[in-house]
Amino acid sequence: MSNTTFEPRVIAFLCNWCTYTAADAAGVARMEQPANVDVIRVMCTGRIEPMFILKAFSEGADGVIVSGCHPPGDCHYTNGNFKTFRRMPLVENLLAQYGIDKGRFHWGWISGAEAPKWAELSRSFTEQVRGLGPLSWKTQLASKED
Amino acid sequence: MAKEKLKLALYWAASCGGCEITMVELREKLLVVDQVADILFWPVAVDTKYKDVEAMPDKHIDVCLFNGAIRTSENEHLAHLMRKKSKVLVAFGSCACEGCMPGLANLYNRQSIFDYVYLESPSADNPNKVVPQTTNKMAEGEIQIPKFYNTVKTLAQVEDVDYFIPGCPPQPPMVWSVIEAILAGNLPPKGSVVGANEKTVCDECKHERKEKAIKQFYRIYEIIPSTTQCLFDQGIICAGPATRGGCGALCTKVDMPCRGCYGAPPHVVDQGAALLSAASSVVDADTEEEARRIVNQISDPIGTFYRFGLATSLLHRARLTKV
Repeated sequence: MSNTTFEPRVIAFLCNWCTYTAADAAGVARMEQPANVDVIRVMCTGRIEPMFILKAFSEGADGVIVSGCHPPGDCHYTNGNFKTFRRMPLVENLLAQYGIDKGRFHWGWISGAEAPKWAELSRSFTEQVRGLGPLSWKTQLASKED
Repeated sequence: MAKEKLKLALYWAASCGGCEITMVELREKLLVVDQVADILFWPVAVDTKYKDVEAMPDKHIDVCLFNGAIRTSENEHLAHLMRKKSKVLVAFGSCACEGCMPGLANLYNRQSIFDYVYLESPSADNPNKVVPQTTNKMAEGEIQIPKFYNTVKTLAQVEDVDYFIPGCPPQPPMVWSVIEAILAGNLPPKGSVVGANEKTVCDECKHERKEKAIKQFYRIYEIIPSTTQCLFDQGIICAGPATRGGCGALCTKVDMPCRGCYGAPPHVVDQGAALLSAASSVVDADTEEEARRIVNQISDPIGTFYRFGLATSLLHRARLTKV
C-alpha cells in the first residue's frame, strides 16, 4: 500500500435540494468528476452537526465538503442554510486549532442548476487535498507512544 | 456490621488533588467509610507503597477509585496495576473520565511542553538547559524516571473501566450515593456513568430560558450577568446544554456559566462539537460576514468547548506534525 500513489479521500455532505441535485445532474450529464469524492446526502446543510465533520476527519477523510442552497432565499426549509453559515466559520476556527489545514475543509453553496460548478469543485478540491497530502488521523490515533 | 469490610483503594494519576478533597468533603461520613471499609491504598492519606499493592493477590481490592488522567508511563503502569488488583475499577472525576485540564495539553506535544516549561517560560532559570531524561547515569548508578507522553489519555483509553463518576471534582453527595450503592451491592451494568443524572445541567438550572439571539459573546469578566435570565441568552458561553447534570447546577446557581465538567450527556458523542453547534447556531446574523465577525469573538474554541473533554473527543488531540 505504501508504494502506491496517494489518493485523497474526500467526504462531501450535500443537501438534498440543491448541491446533491447538482451532483446528480453532473453525473447524468457525464461531466468529469473524480472518484475520490464520497457524497453523503443530507436533507439540509442546517442539520449537519459539526460532529459529522470531526468524525469524518477522525476516521480517515483527507478533506470534507459541506455544500447546500444559496442564502438567503434558496433553502427548501426557509433558513436551514442560515444555521450553516453561522456554524461553519466557527468549525473553520476549530479545525485550525486542531492543526487541520484550511484547504482540507470547504463549505459553500451550489444550486441545483449549477452542475458544472459542482463538477469543477469536486475536481479542484480533490487536487487541492492531493497537494496537501494524507491527513492520516487514524494512524495518529493508533500510534503507540514512543 | 458486615462480617468482612469492603477493601477500598484510591489512586491519583495526573490530577490536581481536587478529587481527594472531595473524599474529605464527605466530612463525618468519612468516618462511616472507615467503619465499613479498609483503605488498602491511598497515597495522599495512607502510608502504603506501590510494592504493597504489587504484593497483593490479583482482584484482592474490591473497589478502586482511580482519579487523574494518564500523562506519564507511571500513570499507565498504575492503571494496569490497579486493574489487575481490583474487582471493580472506577474512573473517578473528570480527568480519569475525559481528560479534563491535563487533556488540554493535547494541543501541544512533549517537545513543545518541555521547551516552554523548562527553557522559555518567563520564570524559568535554567542556564544549563536541563530537561528531564528518562534515564540518567550518576556515580551511584542509573536513575530512571517515568516517561512523559506526547498525548494525555483517559483511564478508559488504557484500561478496562467498570464505572465512571464524572465531575471536577465529583460532588460529595453524589460520591456518597455511589458508596451506598456499592455497599448495598446495587450497581448498574458495567460501563455506566454513576453519580450523575441522565439530563443536562439546564434541567437543574434556575435561570429562565427564552429565545436565543446572540449578537455578541462575552467572557465572564466582561459582563455582570442578570441573575434570572439564561446565561447563554446573555451571550455568555455556558456548557449547560451539552453537559450531564448531577452537580445541582452549582456554577449557574451563582451566575457563573457551566464549564462542562460532568462531561457529555448520554447519546452525545463529542461534547465540544455539541456545544460549538449550540453556540454558533443561535448567532443572530443574517449574512456570512456578520456571522464570521460574531463567532470570531470566541478566541479559543478548543479551550472553550473542550475545556474538559479534549482527550476523549473524536480527534483526541491537535495534529502531530510527524506521524
